[in-house]
Amino acid sequence: MADTAPVWAVVLLPFALAAAAVLVAGFDAVLAAAAEGGRPGRPLRAAPAPLRAGLRLLGQQPRRTTAGDPWLGRIGIALVPVAAVLAGAVLPWGFRAVTDPVVGVVWFNAMEALAWAAVWLAGWGPNSALSLVGGYRFLAQGLAYELPHMLALTTAALGAESLRVGEVVAGQRGLWFAVWMPVAFAVFLLSALAMAFWGPFDHPLGRDAAGGAAAEYAGVDRLVLLAGRWLLLVVTAGFSVPLFLGGGHGPWLPAWAWTLLKTAAVLGLLVAGRRLLPTLRMERYVEFAWTVLVPLTLLQALAVAIVVLER
Amino acid sequence: MPDDVVFWVLAVPAVASGAMVFRYDSMARATYALLLSLLCVGGLVIRLGLDYLGVVVILMMTIEMALMAVFMVMFMMNPAGLLPMSMVHNKRGAAAVSAAVFVLLAAGIVLAPWPGRRGKPDADPTMALGESLMGPHMLTMMTLGLALFTTIVATVVLATGRGRYDRFGDDLCARRPADPVRPGARR
Amino acid sequence: MTLEPLLLVAAALFCVGLFGALSQQSVVMLMMGLELMLGGVILAAAAVWHFVAPAATDGQVLVVLAVTVMAVEMAVGFAVVTALFRTREVDMTDDAAELKG
Repeated sequence: MADTAPVWAVVLLPFALAAAAVLVAGFDAVLAAAAEGGRPGRPLRAAPAPLRAGLRLLGQQPRRTTAGDPWLGRIGIALVPVAAVLAGAVLPWGFRAVTDPVVGVVWFNAMEALAWAAVWLAGWGPNSALSLVGGYRFLAQGLAYELPHMLALTTAALGAESLRVGEVVAGQRGLWFAVWMPVAFAVFLLSALAMAFWGPFDHPLGRDAAGGAAAEYAGVDRLVLLAGRWLLLVVTAGFSVPLFLGGGHGPWLPAWAWTLLKTAAVLGLLVAGRRLLPTLRMERYVEFAWTVLVPLTLLQALAVAIVVLER
Repeated sequence: MPDDVVFWVLAVPAVASGAMVFRYDSMARATYALLLSLLCVGGLVIRLGLDYLGVVVILMMTIEMALMAVFMVMFMMNPAGLLPMSMVHNKRGAAAVSAAVFVLLAAGIVLAPWPGRRGKPDADPTMALGESLMGPHMLTMMTLGLALFTTIVATVVLATGRGRYDRFGDDLCARRPADPVRPGARR
Repeated sequence: MTLEPLLLVAAALFCVGLFGALSQQSVVMLMMGLELMLGGVILAAAAVWHFVAPAATDGQVLVVLAVTVMAVEMAVGFAVVTALFRTREVDMTDDAAELKG
């Protein structure tokens, strides 16, 4: 069902993801301005703020620290956007993805796992205690979110009886997976936030650690790290559409429009929702994830397996 | 032809960065050199037609090495390698043994009359693997599952420094365990 | 790609890992050698599956086995080092030789 897109899509993909990331960051800036108050109509003017901040970072001098390991740090920083784009390669727009490998779901999971290495390396690079603290925090966070996240992915693949993303989308022609796998969907949204170390899960870059893993980065380094984080958020949130929200399926509108609408809705929900929650400390989330989320997702997978066997 | 290019592009870094693991002084570099080597192995496995297993190798090794780096930094006295150091024993003997093993293996590989390719792979090797693990190889799967479960229990027992006497007192009568961090949501 | 070069690469990985496992003093470094050896085993199993017996799934099962062994080895190894370090503040194989008969 899902065709592979033409070759130029490979070139287009990073730009499309970057444009989406800029839009989402702009939306976030508008929300931030609105939360600060001011006259009506005013917050909208904050929309280009992320672009301005990015340009300012481009002109800034990168910071150097004593006895650091700049190579490893740079590899870590660059790995964040690279992992996001590689994971985005299996993301179908409408019914077409840049590539639709047989094991697309596992591929997506493997690419986002690169973020573990990336954030730790970024924290290790500058030889600074606070940024290493940030790196360690992300590993602890990873241990918390990864297991329920994997079970949620497994549940969706189980419902479609295939690891190919195209077939997962095709399996939702009548009924979205979000309807009969609500737990897996909710867990996926949580871990999408955690994976992009963002929202209530931004402890690795927390203010209490002076910016955590990003503490020592300035200039282009910082721009790549923070932009990569937005890319990661866009890709992981976007992946919930083919997995749980029926991909391009929908009445009247063409498939690409439905994908765009659903992705925008999920991103809007996540971006607006994070303002309601304070930063979550990792030891609490580990406990919650392992004692509540893992059993819940296991039960969800069991229920889906029974449905699949009966049908 | 492109197949050969892919082979060399993956095989050379696999061995080279595998060797660099034991040359770097910085533990972070050593760990991530090992990760690079294993990622190349995963890439080769994918090229051999085992998509699922190759991607699983990539996924597992990334997470494993990210965690390994933590332990490396935790236990080594000089994790960043800022001072040159060497922590090896019997380097010459080890080199001789491994060189001899390599010569032996290589001789076997080159001289053995390898049989030709028999049969064709299934259309979906992943499906075939799953069906054989849940069918004729069920015993393997069950053993693996049991081994993994045993590992979880054993590692927790080994790694934790606090037993029930530390938590509940010498007569095990304490009503609330004396944990450094209180469990539950009421912290 | 043919079988022999792949097996030679696997053998090279195995032997580099063997060198590490034999020569490193630190338990954690020793485990990295073991991981490298298992990486060689994975590559060899996949190559033999592809070039000799692709119709059977035994080669794939062997890869699954090797991957599991890697995970178990890592977990148990770190648990042992942690226990050792907690009681004796050492992480070197030479210092942990008291079980020697």
